Amino acid sequence: MEKGHNNTTTKRYGMVIDLDKCTGCGSCMVACMQENNVPFKKDETDKIKSITWLRVYKLNNGKPYPDTEICYLPRPCQHCSGVGDHGHSPCVSVCPATATDYGMDTGIVSQIYTRCFGCRYCMAACPYHVRYFNWWDPVWPKGMEKSLSPNVSVRMRGVVEKCSFCFHRYQLAMDRAFFEGRKEIEEHEYQTACTQACPSKSITFGDLNNPKHAVYELKQSPNAFRLLERLHTNTKVYYVSSKEWVRMAGDNYLKDEHKEMARAKG
Amino acid sequence: MDSELIPEGVQRCSLGKFILWISACGLVLAIGVYAMILCWLKGLNQTNMNDAYGFALWIWADLAIIALGGGAFFTGFLRYIIGIKELKNIINYAVLIGFICYSSALLILAIDIGQPLRGWFIFWHANVHSMLTEVAFCLSCYFAVLTIEYIPLVLENRKIDKIPFFHNLGHNMHEVMAVFAATGAFLSFFHQGSLGGVAGVLFGRPFGFREGVLIWPWTFFLFTWSAAACGPCFTILITKITEVATGKKLVKDNVIELLAKIAGWMLLTYIIAKLIDTWYWAAHTAPAMGFTFSQFYTSDPGSWYGYWILFLEVVLGGIVPALILVTRFGRTNKLALWIAITLACVGVCTNRWVMVLQVLAIPVMTFDGWFTYFPSWQEIATTILPVAYGAILISLSYRYLPVFPQERELNPLPGQEAETVEEQIEEEQEEPVGKLSPAAETA
Amino acid sequence: MFPFSFEWIWDMSHMVFHGGLWYALSILGAGMTYCILKAAYDTSKGGEGHGNGEHH
Repeated sequence: MEKGHNNTTTKRYGMVIDLDKCTGCGSCMVACMQENNVPFKKDETDKIKSITWLRVYKLNNGKPYPDTEICYLPRPCQHCSGVGDHGHSPCVSVCPATATDYGMDTGIVSQIYTRCFGCRYCMAACPYHVRYFNWWDPVWPKGMEKSLSPNVSVRMRGVVEKCSFCFHRYQLAMDRAFFEGRKEIEEHEYQTACTQACPSKSITFGDLNNPKHAVYELKQSPNAFRLLERLHTNTKVYYVSSKEWVRMAGDNYLKDEHKEMARAKG
Repeated sequence: MDSELIPEGVQRCSLGKFILWISACGLVLAIGVYAMILCWLKGLNQTNMNDAYGFALWIWADLAIIALGGGAFFTGFLRYIIGIKELKNIINYAVLIGFICYSSALLILAIDIGQPLRGWFIFWHANVHSMLTEVAFCLSCYFAVLTIEYIPLVLENRKIDKIPFFHNLGHNMHEVMAVFAATGAFLSFFHQGSLGGVAGVLFGRPFGFREGVLIWPWTFFLFTWSAAACGPCFTILITKITEVATGKKLVKDNVIELLAKIAGWMLLTYIIAKLIDTWYWAAHTAPAMGFTFSQFYTSDPGSWYGYWILFLEVVLGGIVPALILVTRFGRTNKLALWIAITLACVGVCTNRWVMVLQVLAIPVMTFDGWFTYFPSWQEIATTILPVAYGAILISLSYRYLPVFPQERELNPLPGQEAETVEEQIEEEQEEPVGKLSPAAETA
Repeated sequence: MFPFSFEWIWDMSHMVFHGGLWYALSILGAGMTYCILKAAYDTSKGGEGHGNGEHH
């Protein structure tokens, strides 16, 4: 394992999502919203203004019945680390006020809500659309504010927010470890809400650099791929699918490349 | 009633007529201000922007008016650094137009941010690697330069000039204007470029992304270049519109033609560079990301962008005006000149449009579709606001300040022809100290 | 913007960026200070400089 800049062991938290197991039930989305105090509006019909830190996409193979196949693809923040893992993610590099930062010790892209002034340059930079703007002030139905998590700050109108890999859980786990005289945490001590909520166990979360964590092996599957790898975003969310068309849907290919890739990946 | 404030030896319309015109502009301004207040009080939910279109009409307006306002820095660069004396007759107006453009851009930026009260974070917590940081710093600094360049003109108002301190201040500022202009040119080269870099560095957006030199993508250089080419065209365009509105010739043809010639060559060289850039991007950059050129210009559902927009930008707004402006006929023929400068402005605005809105419209993930957006009335009203504000500031400046040094000579009042000729001879014999021109002081 | 902001690092990027910024700001500040002080001095001397108006 590499050594980080502050002499701590460098971790690269990430996910491996098995798309063959995902049923598209949406539990992960619900758990995420609940865990992270994600606001919602009375009328959520205009989805392009809905905040969904984790969004489940419905993909299809574009073929007519009876050859139609569909696949559900959960898309959290991809926590890009850029070329060479230097933290040069599309959004961090463009934020003018250092309101989003790349944690060199965890590989997590953070968002500092009280620092963000809402220029939305990061949203323009992110090809995965993981960044959401608070067009309105958050309002919870009467009584529901009592169910808000005290570990996550609610966000005000006019700032950008996104998936943090439930970073507060990492902080809590680290605090506990420190209290118990440990420097490191076990795999099970830090798990995201979506991972735990997934009924089919399609999401696996852990340190991609740590051979003891399940994700270390899973990401090396020949069926693993990441979204838009050709853009050199170097994401930390891996997807696994046994279906070739799903793996091909992860990136853009020219026509001739498409055939070659199909041969190679098929 | 306000004749004491009007420069000597020039004719202006009646105060009543002037107030009527200002009121009409003021009405448009008021609607814009109302929309602006709505955005500030109620937030950006007043716009039609969405999570796919985080940047929209306002950012385009910012980029476009800064490109058009580029006439100020480039004319200043030519006048003070290169030393082209003829341009002293249009530099005041170029500065005024630049001042309007830059102040408008700053205002729009202030409306465009979600938390306006935190706007100062961009300076305080500056991320020096962000193009937007560079834009904010250079934009603000250059706006300060434009203010410094505009102040001496204001101080030349008949009434203000009578106050000894202001008279002396104006004089001293003229003396060191070259230093200010040089600083302005330095800042402008960077912020015009940084605006190009805003889309150019987005390696997650294949339509905007460009390779480049060190930290600067090619769009950095192309934006500076196009602003230097099209900014002067906008200065000429507004001068021509002012001449039509006032019914007077305000700047001599040789000055306009000289600026048009420089703009023409800049535009021609720019468009060659732009074509090379487009070819390289289409043939190498985009395919390396898995995109074909035709994917960006399709008639897919939701796409408003076909090849027509590329044609509008590069051919109609680039090659055509460049070819007109580099020929003597094109510059001397009134209609051809009008067409060329208008097309050049349309071209650069289209370039800024595609580099903001088309970048965001194009789906990057294979399972995304084209994103559509149409601005709300609040966005449109706040974008028109600068036009009304500009018209008011130009009208006030034209009425009360000696903006055009050649106006008296070109439009002698009845019975003043003899005096004008005398002055001309005086000017030629002595140092070329213009009676009305602040810029002439440093000649 | 200032070295006491916690995100400030003494690296090449900060030095080049803020070097350019403070250089430009210093020129503008010094230039305007010179103009204002000299105007005040000229006015106190009772002169009108070399004059650029028409009413000497």
